[in-house]
Amino acid sequence: MSEHTLHFKPTEGFRTRSKAVVDNPVLRQSFRGAMDFLMSKRAAQFPDDEELQSLRSLGEAIRQYNLAKLPDLLLQLESQLTANGIQVHWAETPDEANTIILGICQRHSAKLMVKGKSMVSEEIELNHAAEAAGIGALESDMGEYIVQLAGEKPSHIIMPAIHKTKEEIARLFADKVDGVDYTDNVDALIQIGRNVLREKFQEAAIGLSGVNFAVAETGTLCLVENEGNGRMCTTVPPIHIAITGIEKIVEKLEHVPPLLSLLTRSATGQNISTYFNMISSPRKPGEKDGPEEVHLVLLDNGRSQAYADEQLRKTLQCIRCGACMNHCPVYTRIGGHAYGTTYPGPIGKIVSPHMLGLEATASMATASSLCGACGEVCPVKIPIPELLMRLREEAFSEPHAKPAMRGQGAGYSPLISAIWRAWATVYRSPALYRLVSWLGSRFGGLLPSRQGAWTSVRVPLRPAPKRLRDMLKERG
Amino acid sequence: MNPAPSLPARPSDVYFFATCVVDQFFPGAGMDAITLLEKLGLRVHFPEEQTCCGQPAYTSGFPDQARKVAAHQLTLFPNDWPVVVPSGSCAGMMKHHYPTLFAADPVRKAQADRLSARLYELTDFLVNVLGWQPEDQGEACTVALHTSCSARREMGVHLTGRKLLGDLGQVNIAQQDHESECCGFGGTFSVKQPEISGAMVEDKVKALQATGAERVISADCGCLMNILGHAAWKDAQEGRAQPSLPGEHIASFLLRRIGGAQ
Repeated sequence: MSEHTLHFKPTEGFRTRSKAVVDNPVLRQSFRGAMDFLMSKRAAQFPDDEELQSLRSLGEAIRQYNLAKLPDLLLQLESQLTANGIQVHWAETPDEANTIILGICQRHSAKLMVKGKSMVSEEIELNHAAEAAGIGALESDMGEYIVQLAGEKPSHIIMPAIHKTKEEIARLFADKVDGVDYTDNVDALIQIGRNVLREKFQEAAIGLSGVNFAVAETGTLCLVENEGNGRMCTTVPPIHIAITGIEKIVEKLEHVPPLLSLLTRSATGQNISTYFNMISSPRKPGEKDGPEEVHLVLLDNGRSQAYADEQLRKTLQCIRCGACMNHCPVYTRIGGHAYGTTYPGPIGKIVSPHMLGLEATASMATASSLCGACGEVCPVKIPIPELLMRLREEAFSEPHAKPAMRGQGAGYSPLISAIWRAWATVYRSPALYRLVSWLGSRFGGLLPSRQGAWTSVRVPLRPAPKRLRDMLKERG
Repeated sequence: MNPAPSLPARPSDVYFFATCVVDQFFPGAGMDAITLLEKLGLRVHFPEEQTCCGQPAYTSGFPDQARKVAAHQLTLFPNDWPVVVPSGSCAGMMKHHYPTLFAADPVRKAQADRLSARLYELTDFLVNVLGWQPEDQGEACTVALHTSCSARREMGVHLTGRKLLGDLGQVNIAQQDHESECCGFGGTFSVKQPEISGAMVEDKVKALQATGAERVISADCGCLMNILGHAAWKDAQEGRAQPSLPGEHIASFLLRRIGGAQ
């Protein structure tokens, strides 16, 4: 994996990266087509709006119930998993998580790890850390395998290689996989990937996976997937390591079916995924398969900061379906890489500041017209536009002593703040407003024809020569 | 549609909150909305002291400044009359965000709640309070309708504008590609992220032009400023003398169709 794809500072170059995509008609058309397809698939799953709304309310209630009890549930999960024979590890930072995972690898002298799809492993940049420690990490989800071959990061949390055309993938396979001739036949390409991976599953000492839901009362790790590679990763290698964020927990098994239904229907427009794995223990005596050891790494990485604030806590309701991206007019225009964060799109804008600090993410919060499409489709009703406004406030307000977020005030500008104070002074005073708007109507013609970014694609703004209030006076 | 039995009692007086954009940039739309309401038999009161709903500061991350401006608007409507706003976006701010904005201020919270309960976006008011069905007196034409995101997702009034246009016998509403998608205005978003906003408005204008409609109609002047501003810029770039996409506020269009324009 090349160095330049790692450790983005999203604020740096966000506009440059988004402009590069916006100016590329092929990419724009490709994202538009892909997002249209995903939106129509989801819409077909929810023909009855009433059913959708009641399921969303249930999903929201379940997530909020479990978040309210999160500290207790984490302890319950730990004790239940331990009783089941699964070893639990706590990591506050990505470095700690990598140290734990690579420590397990080294204890078993592992040379190779096969990975099921895990965005948290992307969040901690595990592949990079593994490589540095001399351990191979091979992605086994087809989309992840493609971006790994290309030395890139996923551009979408559900469809990691959505930015790639069939022809690009064909070229990549021909260039990077030994003994493969160019073919853009999709079935043939998938078969090539399968053949490579099939051998590696048997060779790997470690299988790594994410977790979609961790059930506290039973000590069960639930994993949703379509390709069967997740089941291979969690059953074939002798050691299975699962990693997840601390928020992915539910108290009861009965909380899972509604969330699962919302997840698969919102994400890929599937009624149910091809596989749903429930992992409750390592191989027991007398059993013929399954890993000898199962580990769970629980990662914080800023989540407890979001948790501590009543409003920001809603960020943690997310079940990572990606519907907000598929419906976002900004994501549709710029794709995932432009964001420069592990999680792109609307969810990326609200979750990344807790992971990376507002210093690195202040500009992301401004990259939204607040159109509300994300909040409308969110299966657990996260009020994403409201949270974006809150993040703008945190980013642009004057730094103060008791910030709710790391990097509060990182985007503070005394000039911009003064402009808004002046604006408020004018608009709270009828007399000043009358004066300023009258000056605008009289001398608006003198405004420059170049008005910054506005006139890059629009004609200049000119106040009308008579205000509505003037017209009303004249009418009498 | 027949006036539903659940229609509130027909008021005789209404307040008109024009919004700062209409007052300064689209005064004709404001005049037409007022004229239309008067033609429907209402006395329209325009509080002289009105300024702006406060949304620009609110969405930009400056809620304290928004609160100061919003608090002033709370003082403008002493009588218990409906408040009609010719913008889904500003109406959404006053109806849905004022109560949140003043959550920690019991006096203004109560005022905000009272205002919220009687505040209407114009087309919502025409359809759901007055039960009005316009009688078309114009020539046959095809128009495209653009609904603002606030009207659609916050106010749920995207259907009322469509219904009013649908009532006009000679007016055909053109179907547009990605109709529910944002035009890319988003207040300060348009200047903070001009590349993305520019791409969005470019696509929106193309989709509207592709319908072949002779004009675009919207109930939000913020969107119109963006959409018409880009269409005119493109016309200038490509040397067209006639606007390729004219547009106007729905109040102006409705008034003309019923033969009430001056």
